[in-house]
Amino acid sequence: MAENPPLLRAEAVSKGFPGTIALDAVDFTLVAGEVHALLGENGAGKSTLIKCLTGAYRRDSGDVLLEGQLIHPRDPLDAQGLGIGTVYQEVNLLPNLTVAENLFLGHQPRRFGFVSQGRLKSQARETLSHYGLNIDVSRNLDTYSVAVQQIVAIARAVRLSGKVLILDEPTASLDAHEVQMLFEVIRTLKRRGLGIVFISHFLDQVFDVSDRITVLRNGRLVGTERVGDLDRMKLVNMMLGRELEQETRVTGRTDAPSGGPHLTFERFGRSGRMAPFDLAVRRGEVIGMAGLLGSGRTETAEAIFGVTPHDSGDARKDGERIDLKSPRDAVAAGFGFSPEDRKTDGIIGDLSIRENIVLALQARAGWSRPIPPRRQVELADQFIRRLDIRTSDAEKPVGLLSGGNQQKVMLARWLATNPTFLVLDEPTRGIDVGAHAEIIRLIEELCAQGMSLLVISSELDELVAYSHRVIVVRDRRHVAELAGAEITTDSIVKAIASHEAEQQA
Amino acid sequence: MNGAARFARRIAPQLAILAAILVLISIVFPGFFEVRIANGRLYGSPIDILNRGAPVALLAIGMTLVIATRGIDLSVGAVMAICGATAAWGSTEGYALPATLALSIAAGLACGLWNGFLVAVLRIQPIVATLILMVAGRGIAQLITEGAILTFNQEGLIFIGSGSILTVPTPVIIWMIAGLLFTLVVRWTALGMLIEAIGVNLRASTLAGVNSRVLLIAVYMASGLCASFAGIIAAADIRGADANNAGLWLELDAILAVVIGGTSLLGGRFSILASLIGALIIQAMNTGILLSGFPPEFNLIIKALIVLTILVLQSPATRTAAIFFRRQPGTDPADTRTVTP
Amino acid sequence: MLFKMAGISAGALVSIALMSSGALAQTIGFSQIGSESGWRAAETTVTRQEAEKRGIDLKFADAQQKQENQIKALRSFIAQGVDAILLAPVVATGWDSVLEEAKEAEIPVVLLDRMVDSSKDLYLTAVGSDLVHEGEVAGNWLVDTLAGKQCNVVELQGTTGSSPAIDRKTGFENAIKGHDNIKITRSQTGDFTRTKGKEVMESFLKAEGGGANICALYAHNDDMAVGAIQAIKEAGLKPGTDILVVSIDAVPDIFVAMAAGEANATVELTPNMAGPAFDALAAFMKDGTMPEKFIQTESKLYTQADDPKGEYERRKDLGY
Repeated sequence: MAENPPLLRAEAVSKGFPGTIALDAVDFTLVAGEVHALLGENGAGKSTLIKCLTGAYRRDSGDVLLEGQLIHPRDPLDAQGLGIGTVYQEVNLLPNLTVAENLFLGHQPRRFGFVSQGRLKSQARETLSHYGLNIDVSRNLDTYSVAVQQIVAIARAVRLSGKVLILDEPTASLDAHEVQMLFEVIRTLKRRGLGIVFISHFLDQVFDVSDRITVLRNGRLVGTERVGDLDRMKLVNMMLGRELEQETRVTGRTDAPSGGPHLTFERFGRSGRMAPFDLAVRRGEVIGMAGLLGSGRTETAEAIFGVTPHDSGDARKDGERIDLKSPRDAVAAGFGFSPEDRKTDGIIGDLSIRENIVLALQARAGWSRPIPPRRQVELADQFIRRLDIRTSDAEKPVGLLSGGNQQKVMLARWLATNPTFLVLDEPTRGIDVGAHAEIIRLIEELCAQGMSLLVISSELDELVAYSHRVIVVRDRRHVAELAGAEITTDSIVKAIASHEAEQQA
Repeated sequence: MNGAARFARRIAPQLAILAAILVLISIVFPGFFEVRIANGRLYGSPIDILNRGAPVALLAIGMTLVIATRGIDLSVGAVMAICGATAAWGSTEGYALPATLALSIAAGLACGLWNGFLVAVLRIQPIVATLILMVAGRGIAQLITEGAILTFNQEGLIFIGSGSILTVPTPVIIWMIAGLLFTLVVRWTALGMLIEAIGVNLRASTLAGVNSRVLLIAVYMASGLCASFAGIIAAADIRGADANNAGLWLELDAILAVVIGGTSLLGGRFSILASLIGALIIQAMNTGILLSGFPPEFNLIIKALIVLTILVLQSPATRTAAIFFRRQPGTDPADTRTVTP
Repeated sequence: MLFKMAGISAGALVSIALMSSGALAQTIGFSQIGSESGWRAAETTVTRQEAEKRGIDLKFADAQQKQENQIKALRSFIAQGVDAILLAPVVATGWDSVLEEAKEAEIPVVLLDRMVDSSKDLYLTAVGSDLVHEGEVAGNWLVDTLAGKQCNVVELQGTTGSSPAIDRKTGFENAIKGHDNIKITRSQTGDFTRTKGKEVMESFLKAEGGGANICALYAHNDDMAVGAIQAIKEAGLKPGTDILVVSIDAVPDIFVAMAAGEANATVELTPNMAGPAFDALAAFMKDGTMPEKFIQTESKLYTQADDPKGEYERRKDLGY
C-alpha cells in the first residue's frame, strides 16, 4: 500500500502539442501492491500521461523513475521490457491466432529451435489457471468473449513486464458479471505485488477496486486521495472543478407534451433484424429505449433511419406518409441519427470539425449548392460555443478530439440541419462526466424547444432522468412501454429481466 | 494560417521536386531550357514535357478523384485505347469532328459508368472491379480497330494531337483547361468535400445523408472522361489508333503521379494541382532520360531510382526525422517552460 | 489413345473455326498465335489466300496468345487426321510431347515465323525471316545511298532486350562496319510503337541541334518510323529529304509515307510464310523430298522507286 516504496514515479512530467499543453508538470506516484485509479474528463491528460509513461510519447520535460531508476522508454515495447505493461480497451491481440499463441507470441517455448505446441498449450493453461480461466487454449482468441480476451491480454502483459500494469478503460465493453471477473484478476495481481494503474469512466467501479485515486483536469494534477477519504460528490467536484447539479429525479418525467402524434410508425419492421412495432412520437417528447446489447435497440434506430430499410409497415409524419428507404430519405424527412459507434459510423476523422459539422446540412442541400465558406465557419463557431466543444480551432481534424467532444460534433452535425426528430444511440457512451452532464442537459433543452428524440442508452439513471416514455426491447421485439411515473430504474430492469425468467420457465 | 498559405505549403514539396529534376536535366543536357518558336509553335524540351505529359496529366486528374474516394482505376489505359479507337473509327467512317469526339467521350463515360456500377452498386473492390476493364478493354479496342493500327487523316482530329493555339500545343491547352475546370468544379461546389468525406469514412458519410453511391459512380465517370480526352490526344498525336499500345501501363504512371502529388491511397484529402505537378515530374524524368543519351537499358533503373528517392523523401518517417532535425538547433519550447511544483 | 480422346473433346472447344474437310483436297491445320499485331493479322490473311490458291482446305485455330490453346488445337488436328500442320508457336518451349504425337501419327509439322526448342527431327522444317539479315539489308541500302558522304544516324530500337531489337541492331551495325562515314550518334528504345517513336525522335531532334546534326534515321520497325516522321515534320524539317528514313517490316502505312516522299526505304518482313511452307509440303508429299531445316524468306528492299502507291494498295486489305 501507500507505505510501500514507490514503484513508478512521474515527477513534473510535461507534454505539449502544437496549440495545446496536454500535460503540465504532473506528478504521479504508484506503489507496489496498489490499484491506483487515474481519473479525469476526456482531454484531462490521462491518455497523455499514460503514453508518456509507456514511451508512446516522448515527454517534453520531467522525470519518470521506475524503482528509483530514471527511465526513457523509446516505445511501448521498450517499456514492456522495463516492466511496464499496458492493456487497452480495444484488445490489441491477434484474433485469428489461438489463445496460447497470443499469450506467447514472440516468446514461444522452443525445443530444438522449433515451437513446441505441446509445451505452448500446457504453459498457456498453467498461466491462465492463475487468472481463474479454464478454457481451451487451442481455440482462436476471437471465439471468446471480450472479457476473456481482456484477461488473456492482461496475462500476456503481466508475463512480459511484471512490475506495473496499466489498464486503459478495460471495462468499457464488459457486462457486470465480466467486470467482477476482471476485478478478481486485478485483486489477485495486487496481492502478488504489482502496481496497477486503472483508468475508467465508471465511478462505481473505481470505488469498488481502487486504493487511491489521482484526478487530472486540463492537463494538471488536481490531487491524489485515498479512496476512504473520498465520496462521490467530492470526486466529481475534483474532476469537474465545479458543483455538479445532481439530477435527483427518481422517476421518469411526467410533463409529457400533449397533442397529436408527430411521427407514427405502424407495423414497422425489418425481417431478420427487428420484429414489426408500432410507435407514435409527439413533438417535444423524449422516448428512451432500453435493452441489453443486441436486443434490437440499434436495429430499431437503423430501421427508422433507413440504414437497413424497413420491409414491413409504414411511417407517417403529421399524417403524411414518408419514405425511409435510405439515410437520405430520413434526412429529407427531418430526421437525424447519431450512431452508437462514433469512430466507424459517425465522425469523418481526417476532416475538420467545421466540415464534420456542415456535412449533413451540405449533403441535404446537394453538391451543387455549396454552403458558403463564411457560413460554414459561422455554423462551426456557433456550435463550438453552444455545445462547448473543446478545441483550439474549427479546422482541427475531428479525429484528434476526445470522445466527448467528438460526440458533441456529431450532435452539432445534426442540430445544424434543424431536425424535428433526433435518434441518439448511446450518446453518452465512453465520454467523461462533464460532457455526459452537458449532453443530458442538451437533450432536455432540445425537447423543450419542441424537438422529438429517441434516445437509446444502457445508463438507466440517465433514461429515467430525461424520458417521458421508455420502450424496453429484447429479442428484437418491443416488449414493454413505461410512461411517466412508471419509469424507474427498477421497473426498467424488471422489464428487461422478465425475459430471463421466461427463458428459464 | 490562411487558405493561400496552406495551399502553397501543400504543393511546395511537389514544386521543389520538379525544380530539382529540371535542374538535374539541365546539368546533364545544358540546352534544356531553350525554347523558341518554330513553325508557329513553341519548340523546346520544356514544351515537350508539357506536351508529352498530357495523357498522364489528364489521367491523373480523374485518378485523383477516384483515389480520394479510397478507390483506384486500373482501367484508364485500356479506356484510352477504346476511346482512341472509337475516335479513329468515327473519323474513318466519315463522321464530322464533333460527332467523332462525342462518340469517343461517350465511350469513355460508358466505361466509367461500368466501373462505377461495379464499385458502387455491386460493391466489388475497386482494384478488382477496374481490373476487369483493364484486361477486357484492350480486347474491345482491338475489335474496333480490327487488330491493326487504324490510321486517319481528318485534319480537325489531328489538330487535337499536334496542332497549336497561339503557339501552345493543343494537348497542353487541353490538360491545363481540364485541370482548371475539374478543380473549379470540385472546389466551388461541395463535391470536393463530399468526395473527401466518403473517402475517409464511406459508412459515416452515407449515414450523414451523403449520396455516396451516386458520388462514387460520378468519380469513375470523371476518370473515364479524362481517359477519353487522353485517348483522343494519344491517337491524334500519331494519326492512328493503336489498340495494343495506346495508354499501355499509363494507369500506373497516373497512380504514381497522384501518389507523388501527395494524395493518400487511403482516400480523403486530395489536390488535383499537386497530381498534375506529379504528372509533370514523371514526364520530366522520361524526357530527361531520353535527352541524356544513356543506353536504353538504363531507362527503367534511372526512373526507379528517382521515384524511390521522391517517395523516400515524402515518407512519413523521413518527414518526422526532418522536423526532428529542424528543431534540434533552436531551443525546444518545452525546455524553457517553467515547471511549477 | 486416351490422349487423343482428350484431344478431341478439348480441341472441339477451341477450334470453332474448323470446317469439315473437302472430299479430295488436302487438309492442313494452322495453329496461329492470335492477332496481337497488324503483321500477325496479315499473316493469317495471306495464309488463307495461299491455301485457297492451292485448293487446300485450311483448318484455322486462333490460340489467343495461349500455348495451352495451341496444344489443344494440335491434338485436335492430329485426332482429325489432317495431312499436315502449320504452327506459329507462341513460346519456344514445351512442345516436345505434342510434336511427338504428331510424329507418331505421321503428320508433318511446319513451323512458321518463330522457332521452338525441340529436337529438329520433330518437325519437317521452319519458315522464317532472318532478323539479322533484315538489319543488314537496311544498312546496306544506307551505305549505297550515301556513297561515302558523312552521315550521323539516329536509331530507334525495338523493345529493349527483345530478339528483333537485338538482331536488327546487330545486322545494321554489321552492314555499316568499315564505312567510317556512317556513325550511329544516338540510340534509344521506341518500344516498337508509334507514340514512343515520335516521343523519342522529338528528343533526338532537340539533342542534336534541332535535327541539323542528323542525316538519317534507322527504325527497327515501320511504326516507330511513322511516328518519327511526324516528329520530324513538326520540327520543321522534311523527312526523306533533310533526314533519310529507313525501317523494317513494310507495313502499308510506310508506303503511304514513301509515296509522299517522307520515307526512303523499308525492308519487308513478309507475311507470306505459308507459301514456302505449302511448297515444301507439296514436294515432301509428292516424292518425299526433305526440305532444308530452315527456309529463309526473302527480306526484300522497297524504295520510293518501287511503286509505293501500288504496294500500299496490295497490302491495305491484308489486315495490317
